[in-house]
Amino acid sequence: MAFYRSHILVSVDPKCLKKGAHEILDALQDELVANGLVDEVQVLETSRIGDPDLHAPDLMVYPDGVHYANLSVDDIPFLVEEHFLKGRIVEKLKARERLVSDEELSAPKSKEVRVVLRNCGKIDPNNIEEYIAEDGYMALAKALTEMTPETVIDTVMQSGLRGRGGAGFLTAQKWKLTRQVPEKIKYVGCNADEGDPGAFMNRRVLESDPHAVVEGMTIAAYAIGASRGYIYCRAEYPLAVKTLNIAIMQAREFGFLGKNIMGTDFSFDLEVRMGAGAFVCGEETALMSSIEGKRGEPRPRPPFPSVKGLWGKPTNINNVETYANVPQIILRGPQWYASMGTEKSKGTKTFAMAGDVKNTGLIEVPFGITLREIVYDIGGGIKDDKGFKAIQTGGPMGGFIPAEYLDLPVDYEALASVGSIMGSGGMIVVDDETCMVDMARFFMEFTQDESCGKCVPCRVGTRRLLEILTRICEGKGQDGDIERLEELSEEIRAASLCGLGQGAPNPVITALKYFRQEYEAHIYEKRCPAKVCRALITYEIIDGVCTGCTVCARNCPVNAISGERRQTHIIDPDTCIRCGICMQVCNFNAIRIN
Amino acid sequence: MLKFLESVPANDPVAKPEQRQIIDRILNENKNLPGGLMVILNELQNQIGFVSPSMQQYVAYRMRIPVSTVHGVVSFYSFFTTTPRGRHTIKFCMGTACYVGGVPQLIEKAKQILGVDPGQTTPDGNITVELCRCVGACSQAPVVVVDEEIHGRVRPNKFPQILRTVQDKEKQISEQAA
Ligand SMILES: Cc1cc2nc3c(=O)[nH]c(=O)nc-3n(C[C@H](O)[C@H](O)[C@H](O)COP(=O)(O)O)c2cc1C
Ligand code: SF4
Ligand code: FES
Repeated sequence: MAFYRSHILVSVDPKCLKKGAHEILDALQDELVANGLVDEVQVLETSRIGDPDLHAPDLMVYPDGVHYANLSVDDIPFLVEEHFLKGRIVEKLKARERLVSDEELSAPKSKEVRVVLRNCGKIDPNNIEEYIAEDGYMALAKALTEMTPETVIDTVMQSGLRGRGGAGFLTAQKWKLTRQVPEKIKYVGCNADEGDPGAFMNRRVLESDPHAVVEGMTIAAYAIGASRGYIYCRAEYPLAVKTLNIAIMQAREFGFLGKNIMGTDFSFDLEVRMGAGAFVCGEETALMSSIEGKRGEPRPRPPFPSVKGLWGKPTNINNVETYANVPQIILRGPQWYASMGTEKSKGTKTFAMAGDVKNTGLIEVPFGITLREIVYDIGGGIKDDKGFKAIQTGGPMGGFIPAEYLDLPVDYEALASVGSIMGSGGMIVVDDETCMVDMARFFMEFTQDESCGKCVPCRVGTRRLLEILTRICEGKGQDGDIERLEELSEEIRAASLCGLGQGAPNPVITALKYFRQEYEAHIYEKRCPAKVCRALITYEIIDGVCTGCTVCARNCPVNAISGERRQTHIIDPDTCIRCGICMQVCNFNAIRIN
Repeated sequence: MLKFLESVPANDPVAKPEQRQIIDRILNENKNLPGGLMVILNELQNQIGFVSPSMQQYVAYRMRIPVSTVHGVVSFYSFFTTTPRGRHTIKFCMGTACYVGGVPQLIEKAKQILGVDPGQTTPDGNITVELCRCVGACSQAPVVVVDEEIHGRVRPNKFPQILRTVQDKEKQISEQAA
């Protein structure tokens, strides 16, 4: 029997076959013959290897265990020469893992309803035909051929759809305002800046179902009378930008974008523009400045974008998710949509759950579901069976909601009534080992850094808030600091130009409102009840539990741990920087915080 | 032709023919686009790796706009850098989920191993360490982004392994060059 030094397993899964697996097989044989390797390398057919949606056509090389994917026949000569002749792995052909593996979107849990996320993970985002097979672009056809712009607006109005980007303004109302302005040139813009840390709903939709957004925007453009659209996507999302560009190209090829769409006299085209790492560009007026190629500083409103927007023309800006809802509303009717949700908040909302909850990831639920259902029934409760402390909604401009409001039904008004906001849908669950002073400080660090500096209250005020919070965390808090925080917060809220400044104090205000005793403990007792603030804690190794395995000593970044192998180690409190790495790496829970 | 071109440092991309060609192509493709300045700067940052003061001057000249406008935009956005970065970047996500999930500890570890603070590049020019905003992979917190690749659930004792992947990449590149 021949002895092969390598085996190439080529996937002949149906998707791979469709994408040319047979040709790859042939090319491999040819190249192996040409390089005189037929006796050394065996080619075999196998069933699916990677994720066919992502990797087809692909192959696996054994014994090296290298997975090459998205191959074309032209890659094969180089691959064979490099890998089998020269023994070098061809990095650029290696399978990329899904940028983020699908633990972020699991199968729908029992209380979920998927409207916006319905296609995510199900269809190939880079293949418009798969979108069309899921009724894609049917809504556009219906709107263009059976509906006037006014009836489109009425339909969206009846559905009750509200903006998913933050403020929850009635979408159809905004469309109507923009439509009314007697100007010939109008624009639609899509806010894909998703800057709230902890939020990734929009990214997922853009990467997995880009055509839903393209279709929704096109319908909006028809309703408003716009001929051009821009999707403003943050630079942190390169895959989303790439996917969108492919989607737009394909939509043009199919006549869903461009001149005389579907044979009507409606023409519309779209373009993706990238941000460059400025959070404030998520604010719609700043976003427009950025698209215009300028510094992304917010402008005073009025004039509102619907009157004077991009290049001074009426512009309608909506969030990714807002647009992604539109085709479904047109197709399935406004009554269907309005049947979900609460009195004032209709339909479903996507949330990104992160933090100390067991099942992190994306969910989509009808409005009206309670926080408890979200955290416990869908989220599976708190990790490591610790206690629930708070849930933070709405991003850096949102607030903390404590356990007493877990039964709050989630909608725009209810969240606002407890001092937080819906925001774009980030939810961060924190357990009882989280310090609320530290969390408020963390958010303030973010807003302070992202303030564009245009208004003094926001620029200087957030810095002052941060200083005070930092001082409290460092155990240097003074009597009166709590009151100073409250006063400053009020001033910043009242005197800032844009939503960033107006919302920046929210995390502090809510933390103070619901967790005041923690602030007092820091200030008056110099104690951090959650044992987080570094200046107020010490680490100690528990005698008898420590096995002397040395793992902590090897991982301590400042070499503060000493001790003989198999003997209890000790931490030198003066050298220790209280980073907590030892506690994380210890396998025996032998480290304690005092 | 241009006075400032004479004063451009020899190692600036504007002064290097092959990089200048890229810059010119980017400018020609986008300078008449509405709002093209952002597009141009993004492309320059992407393809050249930074936007030096001379590049800013050149862009201003080609677009017939004041240098101060270009500089104003470059300085506003955190993605634009005016000096070259290391061949690789390691970014630590400082988003909420990652902060809660232990990124601060990872940064300590990185400081210890690489000897540089966030924002700095290792002396050999190999690795730039940066902090970044939430990259949207929060369900895998704590997250470290090496070049474009996202590594999730990174524990402090796993971090050296990630560093090794970068070092391996470097080795491979230098071997392939040899
Ligand atoms: C500081 C700041 C950041 C914002 N970031 C975003 C964002 O990332 N995505 C978004 O859709 N809206 C964001 N908004 C809200 C937008 O200004 C705007 O209300 C929204 O894009 C309108 O779309 P909608 O009606 O569909 O919600 C932000 C607002 C502020 C003040
Ligand atoms: S409130 Fe803050 S972010 Fe908004 S415009 Fe003023 S300074 Fe800029
Ligand atoms: S917070 Fe790190 S990826 Fe979102």
